[in-house]
Amino acid sequence: MSDVSIDIKELSLSFGATEVLKKMDLAIGKGEFLVLLGPSGCGKSTLLNCIAGLLDATDGQIFINDKNVTWAEPKDRGIGMVFQSYALYPQMTVRGNLSFGLKNQRMAKADIEKRVARAAEILQIGPLLDRKPAALSGGQRQRVAIGRALVRDVDVFLFDEPLSNLDAKLRSELRVELKRLHNRLQNTMVYVTHDQIEALTLADRIAVMRGGIIQQLASPHVIFNKPSNLFVAGFIGSPAMNMLNGTLSGTNFSLGSETVSLVGYDANVGLQDGTCILGVRPEHTKIHQEAGEGRFVATVDIDEPMGSDSLIWLSCQGQTVSVRTGAEEHYKIGSEVYLSFDASRASVFDVKTEQRM
Amino acid sequence: MVDATASNTELSGPRGRKPRRALSRRNIIIYGLLGMFCLYYALPLYVMIVTSLKGMPEVRLGNIFSPPVEITFEPWVKAWSEACTGLNCDGLSRGFWNSVQILVPSVILSIAVASVNGYALINWKFKGSDIFFTILIFGSFIPYQVMLYPIVIMLREAGIYGTLWGLILVHTVFGMPILTLLFRNYFSSLPEELFKAARVDGAGFWGIYFRIMIPMSLPIFVVAMILQVTGIWNDFLFGVVFTKPDLYPMTVQLNNIVNSVQGVKEYNVNMAATMITGIVPLVVYFVSGRLFVRGIAAGAVKG
Repeated sequence: MSDVSIDIKELSLSFGATEVLKKMDLAIGKGEFLVLLGPSGCGKSTLLNCIAGLLDATDGQIFINDKNVTWAEPKDRGIGMVFQSYALYPQMTVRGNLSFGLKNQRMAKADIEKRVARAAEILQIGPLLDRKPAALSGGQRQRVAIGRALVRDVDVFLFDEPLSNLDAKLRSELRVELKRLHNRLQNTMVYVTHDQIEALTLADRIAVMRGGIIQQLASPHVIFNKPSNLFVAGFIGSPAMNMLNGTLSGTNFSLGSETVSLVGYDANVGLQDGTCILGVRPEHTKIHQEAGEGRFVATVDIDEPMGSDSLIWLSCQGQTVSVRTGAEEHYKIGSEVYLSFDASRASVFDVKTEQRM
Repeated sequence: MVDATASNTELSGPRGRKPRRALSRRNIIIYGLLGMFCLYYALPLYVMIVTSLKGMPEVRLGNIFSPPVEITFEPWVKAWSEACTGLNCDGLSRGFWNSVQILVPSVILSIAVASVNGYALINWKFKGSDIFFTILIFGSFIPYQVMLYPIVIMLREAGIYGTLWGLILVHTVFGMPILTLLFRNYFSSLPEELFKAARVDGAGFWGIYFRIMIPMSLPIFVVAMILQVTGIWNDFLFGVVFTKPDLYPMTVQLNNIVNSVQGVKEYNVNMAATMITGIVPLVVYFVSGRLFVRGIAAGAVKG
């Protein structure tokens, strides 16, 4: 037994002429929480459906627990799945929903009872067992849907945007609960979402996808701080990373007539001279009232107070920059200020290849 | 109290709900037209019921709108059990039971097959399923008359021409395009994720059909049932072409009673016979009208 739970090898899938997945390779470790993140239409849900066996791959292989399941039926793959719309069977009670899969396996009644009771205990849905889904709230329904995967006692859980239909407060509650569930069960979870907060909070590793290709597969920390290309940099983070077009010579980044030193930059491949894009997160940019070494002059456009902090939008030599500051700091619109960047947490991208240098 | 009166006097001009006149021009037109159409459809029914309750002498007076002076149920009894068609003089009762024997298996069979068709076409797409569906729908545009003779030959070769089962088969086949369309559209409106969840839960083709799909599809089954019951009950052409006189459905028998040329035309018996024949569809509409509308609407949303 290796420690790889799901192994995807050169998986391709196309609907007619449109290629949705392109020769994808992905190995997911045992007990890992992997999040597939990307904009809509990037193929993340398609990939999940392929793993579940609900879509047939055009080419390539899928292994689950070292068993080639490429041609196997969904029920034979040892997976449980949770859907965005809950997909509870409306005419069955919660108990009926939970036990439907087990009855299909012709499991003994007593065992079914035991499994259902355990799932109900873990998810705290015991009092709801005899209700119909229509009589449940959104959060309760999603809990039942998770329970339906839970009773199958499988190694792999697949989540297809499970929290997207819930309101913001419930979403953050269930997010914590999912994390707790993963800590308790320690099984492999593959989680599809377009919500980067969910991705960053839940994942052991995030796979950022675009156009059927994984752009970067790394821990949330690396994804956030060292995005491998412009797409990942722009997709992760809210507000988005500031992108400044300028030129690089040595470790000096110049924007118009002003220059900032990038000493301390954590490079991927090493800096190369020429035109480039400097990416700095709003959190890693500072506003100063006085001019100084390596500070860019900028004009305040908009001040957005957000309660816990404030977002200041500025224009710096014709380019828009946002800065996250403390809630108590206020800037007059139209006033001139000076910006400094933290070079060790910045990213420099090649203009042509869009890769991080 | 002082405050409340003060605020009341402060609010002058229009407030609260806008008053509506009951006798506006709009209302007069709407209810006038509705009343006219209601009369237009209800009057013939009234004449039929009234006439069927009169004796022949009263009918001969010719006042078709006047209510019966002396109510008699004799015409109804005669239409049911004594009216003559050709050589038989046992009324509509034989045709009624023939129609029931044709109706029940035809409705069950056609709905069973069409619902499985629609389910497979949406949820278990196979190679060429769209073309199959197009051809099936195209079938509903071909006039029946074109196919009568070929079907007679096919039934004859199969050895079931002139039997009840031959007619049942014809009804099942001809109900297929519209019913399949109906079921397919309804099933396509059910969330696909339910189907996926059931597959992950290990249910197969029939398991999902019986345990997930059917329990969620009661309205559309009712619609299909109404369509088929009224359609098959009112059918005349197939009944006359594909069966023998012994097995004629009620509609054919009604025609033979009403159009018989010998003797006196017994209008009261004819009216009663027509009412009896129309009772089944009428009851079906009255009982399930609301479900019908709901199901049609649900099935029509998605294409």
